[in-house]
Formats: sequence, C-alpha cells, structure tokens
Amino acid sequence: MQKSLHIDPAKCTGCLQCEMACSYEHTGMINPSKSRIKVFNFEHEGRKVPYTCTQCADAWCMNACPVEAIVIDAATGAKVVKEATCVGCKVCTIACPFGTVNYMADVGKVQKCDLCGGDPKCVSACPTAAITYVDADWTGLDRMRSWAAKANTAAVAA
Amino acid sequence: MGWNRKVLRVNLSAGTCVPEPLNMAWANDYLGSRGLASKYLVEETDPKVDPLSPDNKMIMATGPLTGTMASTGGRYTVVTKGALTNAIACSNSGGYFGAEMKFAGWDMIIFEGKSPKPVYLYLENDQAELRDAGHLWGKTCWETEETIKASHQDPLIRVSSIGSAGENAVLFACIVNDLHRAAGRSGVGAVMGSKNLKAVAIRGTQGVSGIKDFPAFMAATTAAKKVLADNAVTGQGLPKYGTQVLMNVINEMGALPTRNHRDVQFEEAGKISAEAMHEKRPTDGKAHLVTNAACFGCTIACGRISKIDETHFSVKNSPKYWGANGGLEYEAAWALGAANGVGDLEALQYANLLCNEHGMDPISFGATVGAAMELYDLGILTKEQIGLDAQFGSAEALCKLVEMTAHGEGFGKELGQGSARMCAKYGRPELSMSVKSQEFPAYDSRGIQGIGLAYATSNRGACHLRGYTVASEVLGIPVKTDPLATDGKPELVKAFQDATGVFDSAGICVFTSFAWTLADVQPQLQAACEGDWSMDKLNEVGERIWNMERQYNLAAGMTARDDDLPPRLKTEPAKTGPAKGLVNGIDKMKPEYYKVRGWDAAGVPEKATLERLGL
Repeated sequence: MQKSLHIDPAKCTGCLQCEMACSYEHTGMINPSKSRIKVFNFEHEGRKVPYTCTQCADAWCMNACPVEAIVIDAATGAKVVKEATCVGCKVCTIACPFGTVNYMADVGKVQKCDLCGGDPKCVSACPTAAITYVDADWTGLDRMRSWAAKANTAAVAA
Repeated sequence: MGWNRKVLRVNLSAGTCVPEPLNMAWANDYLGSRGLASKYLVEETDPKVDPLSPDNKMIMATGPLTGTMASTGGRYTVVTKGALTNAIACSNSGGYFGAEMKFAGWDMIIFEGKSPKPVYLYLENDQAELRDAGHLWGKTCWETEETIKASHQDPLIRVSSIGSAGENAVLFACIVNDLHRAAGRSGVGAVMGSKNLKAVAIRGTQGVSGIKDFPAFMAATTAAKKVLADNAVTGQGLPKYGTQVLMNVINEMGALPTRNHRDVQFEEAGKISAEAMHEKRPTDGKAHLVTNAACFGCTIACGRISKIDETHFSVKNSPKYWGANGGLEYEAAWALGAANGVGDLEALQYANLLCNEHGMDPISFGATVGAAMELYDLGILTKEQIGLDAQFGSAEALCKLVEMTAHGEGFGKELGQGSARMCAKYGRPELSMSVKSQEFPAYDSRGIQGIGLAYATSNRGACHLRGYTVASEVLGIPVKTDPLATDGKPELVKAFQDATGVFDSAGICVFTSFAWTLADVQPQLQAACEGDWSMDKLNEVGERIWNMERQYNLAAGMTARDDDLPPRLKTEPAKTGPAKGLVNGIDKMKPEYYKVRGWDAAGVPEKATLERLGL
C-alpha cells in the first residue's frame, strides 16, 4: 500500500522536532535550516502549520527538470532528487507551485522531501501526531470519521 | 562534544567581535549555560561592580543540549550581575533564539564595555557585526524583531531585544525573544540597556553536528520524551492548562499570596485560573485561550496563546493587541492579579502584553504594584503622588500603571525601581515582599514552608526556579513532603537547588523535572558530551555551581542577613486556609541549611566544602 504524509496543523505546537529529525536523517546533523519540512508560525492567529511536498502524481518539478534528476521512488511514490544528476539549474524550484523544492547553495543541488524511503522521520519525531503517514488512498478518512460522528442517528438494536 | 567550543567576545566599547575557543576545562566542571557562563563572569569581573556600569559583563549562553532533539533543548541563559538584586543573575529563556545561537556555531556570547551609541549584534553563522540601532532605540521588542527581519529581508532570523524598560533602566527589565519568551528576572534587560545594546539578531545554518554518539543520543532522548509523555503533569496537565493549572490548587492550599501577602487566599482566584482561560466569555462567546504552544524542541508545550477581549476597556481602541499573543502563565497571572487583588483576566492579559512588548518582568512589576497599592491603602502614598486611585483590586489602576512604568512616566519611574527601593523611599522597607530586592513569585511561604527557605537562600534573589520545592511539597514530585512542616526542608532545598543547576546548565527547561530526575537527564548528557557525566559528577557539578554563585554574592558584599524573608512572613500568621496561624519557619531552617551545605554559621562555605568541590 502506498502511503502519504498527512498533516493536521491544529495539533502542531511548533516544537520543530520534525525539522530536527528531517535534517538529521538527510545531513547527519541537527540543522532545521536544512529541513525539507518547515513549520510556519502565524503568530497572531495562534496557528502553526507544518508544510512540505505533497508528492504530486504528475509532478511539476519532475516534468520541469531538464536532466531527469527527479525520479519516482516506486516503493513510496515519492519524487526523489538524484543528487548525482542534479545540475542545480533551479528550474524545478520555479515550477513547483508550493515552493517545496529548494536550492541548497552550499552543495549546488536542490532538495525536497523523499519520504525517507518509506519511514518518514518527521512522523516518528512529532510528539502530537500532527504529522502522520497514512494510506494514500484514504487521507480523508479522519475527516470523514469526524463528520460521520456528527450524523444524528441513534443506535438501535436489530 | 555537545558544545560548539566557540565563544564570541563582543567588546561594545571598542566595537569589536572576536571569536575564542570555549574553555573546555571549565566546561568539564560547569557543564554549560548557567554554570559555565557564571564561571566566566566570576573569573572576569569584580563582584563589587556596579551592575549598570561598563565594567559589568553580560553573557548569553547555551548548554550542550541546546539546539538538539532533547526535549525542551532550546534554552539559553543570560548571566550578569543583576541590576535589581546586586547579586549574580542568571535568567533563562525558551523560544527559538537559543537554538539559533547554537546553529550559528556559538556556545556563548560575552558582551563587555558599553557602546558609545545604540547598536545591535547581527550574527550570521561565523560573521558577527555590530550595527547601528539608532532607528531601533525607543522601539518595542515586537517592533524591533519585525524591523530587523524586514531590513535583512530574512524572516528566519531570531531576535532577542530590550524594549523601553531596558533602555530606561527599569530595574526589572527583561530581555525578550520570539515576541513573548523572556530572560525575565533580576533586571538583565537593564544591564543590556546600560550597554547601549538594543538587540541580538541571529541566523544560524550550520546546525549541531558535535554530538558524541548520535545513535545513543537518539535512543536516550526518545526514551526521555516518553517519560514526559507518560507523566500526568508534563503529558496532560501542562499542555492542557499550562502552568496556570496551579492557580486553584495553590489557592486551596492557602499559599496564594494576595494583596501584597496580606492574605494567602484570593477570593477571585477562579476568575484568573487556567479553567477560566478555557471558558467562553460572555462578551464575545470566545474563550480567552486559543491554543497551547511549544518552545524549540519542547514536547510538553505548556505555553499559552490567547486572544484578549477586544471590547475590554484596556484595548478597545488598540487593535494591535487584538491578535493571538503570549500569556497568561501562572506567575504573571498571579503577580498581575492576586498580588494586587485584581480578578479581571482581560486586564491581567493587557498588563502581561505590555510587559512582553516593552520588556518587563511581570512578576516584579506586578508585585511592585501590589506594594504600591498597600502604601496607598495605608495613606503613605496619595492619589496625587501616584496620579490615580490605586486601591487593591483596581484593574484600571493596574492597566494605567503598566503603561506608566513601561514608558517611564510619572509614578511609573518609581515603580520601575522595584518594590524594595520604592518601599524604602517611603519609609516602609518591610512592605517590600522580596529577598535581595527581588520580588517573590506566586507561592506564600507560610503555606509552603520549604519554598520560603528556597527564596531566602536563592542566589539570584527570591525565585521559585532555583529550588522548586513546590514540586515535592504540593505535587509529591519526586516524593511528597508536608508543606506545613519545616523538618527535612533544608535537605530538600539543597537537593532541588543542586539538581536545578544541572538542568539549567544542560540547556533544557526545568519544567521537565516534573517528570524527569537527573537520572533521566544523565543518559542524554552522557551521549551528547565527551567525558564522564555520571550521576555523581552531575550532583557535584550542581553543588559546585551553587557554591560558586554563593561566593560571588559574598564577595559582592552580601551576608547571611540577605538570606532572609520580610517580617510579614515571619510574624503575621496566615489568616485563612490550611496554614492558618502559621508563619514561615525560616529562622529554624536557615541554620540547618547552612550546616547541610557545609557552610559556617555566617553562611560562608567552609574550607573543606570548597576543597571538595574544587573551588
């Protein structure tokens, strides 16, 4: 089964454990500035929102790449940057409507979420389950359940 | 490792920023943050220095766990000689600023001298630069952060700054980072202001790579986080209710100081409690509380984000306060509320917002207002002198006085000196509810005996965070002790004081100690840091830090007389509640405490104690 990251901003406290875990997984150090997931703090609304790549099916970044450096990981469906191929032209960063592919000036390549090969570290690091990794076909399940719970029907024995 | 091994020395008089290696021998003895920065201060300054003179130094320091996934590992400490207390000051803060300092590659920044004109330090990784802050001087902490981010076109910069209070030497001025986190106590903001240093702005992209054993560190931090999640206080109580969960609990114990400690129970405590923050207001049908929030790396998330009632008299014409914002925490709610007899939650939040905006410690501010209200009640201060009716319980007076103090207007200037100096000026020094001129926090020591000893002997003046015996005396953490008894409290206070020194010096939040003991911290430090960080070593480090701070204060001219409580707490029994009829037993506990500490009858560490600790 393919899975998707599922983000519930209402549960996010802004602790940045996800950013630390992401950067540690990909760089071997704790460095939120290298994280592929970012938490945005809308201070005066009291909202904190983790944001990262949605792994588009027909991905703009992948289509735009002139050297085919962005490929699909068959196991996870993630669009993954092949660092050895990437020439750092940044066209993908322009193509992505969501801004979730970014250029790393120090290495001259782009980086984006690769779902950690199917074990996303942001998910295991999140203390409040604001970030989960769920059945890709049922990302709406939680919301359906919460609406279903509001259906005003009493239980009746058969 | 754990440390970056790099210190930035900023000489504000000369305008220079020079890197130097961290003294690793000292790091081995004092760990980091509070302990290590205090060691630098002790070695580099004269304890008799005037806190507001250029010869005083101010150190911003991280610990080895700052900037790591250790839960709550985001804290930094400001160490200096306190403007309010004339004692060693160390105030720590959460938010995101401390971690950013670590990511920029530094363990600490030492500020010395005084800039000829207002400046701010801009740190981008290795590059450090003092920049003109003429355009920032006079701006609030909020405006300063916004202006710096805008001028650098970098929203990821983290900022610590002072507001008008720090600029104008309000003696309880604090240093505010990330809008509503603060190095709050002892007047560290006034010291920063005296140096013409408006702000420190940091952008760090180097990360923390120097963890000694990463796999062991990940295992240790993950296990410790589970302890926090499984604990009723850190896993449920604090995220849902914040520190405010204590308001009704402490009130019922008869330990909620009310109206400048005249009373120990506040009849309107329920109206300013955590539960009240969850309730819908009659005016707009919304709850005061919007959400909880975490500091960097924190898996507890006790922080409160609230929306003030837009129709409240304090803000109805000031839309800038209408958005979600920080507060109320327990200490601020108490100091701005019960300490003055004010039961208007929205008024407390307004005062709290102004404290954050202009950089003032709400504990000392609120308690000083409480003292002023008592002087007014006694007829010693008049309406003409204060400029308004300042009777206990007046929300209008509280809101006006916070504005006057923040802006240095009229009687606000006298409030800005703190309660000890204000009460002395009007001939009633005994009415200042303080130790070493620093106002008490939110626990009355007649109803919680041990905290009285912790206040009296705190190296930074009255403070609950130097030895939070409330954990044991009220919550039974790690063991329950009788809050009304003095027996065993000297040992308890020492144990809490020493352990807290380690939590503070590691770079983590002392609130973890609701669930963690040092045994939970130890594996995290051992995995992060080179060298031996056994339990024995940590206990020794904590005790060493305490004794070092003590020696600094003694050298600054303090004596056993400064380890005392105001006469009210020793002679006026609690009027109501479980502690009715009781005063604090400080005179019984103090000599025992000195003995337990290995100090002589005058409170001076014995030679054998110093030798044992390598001091």
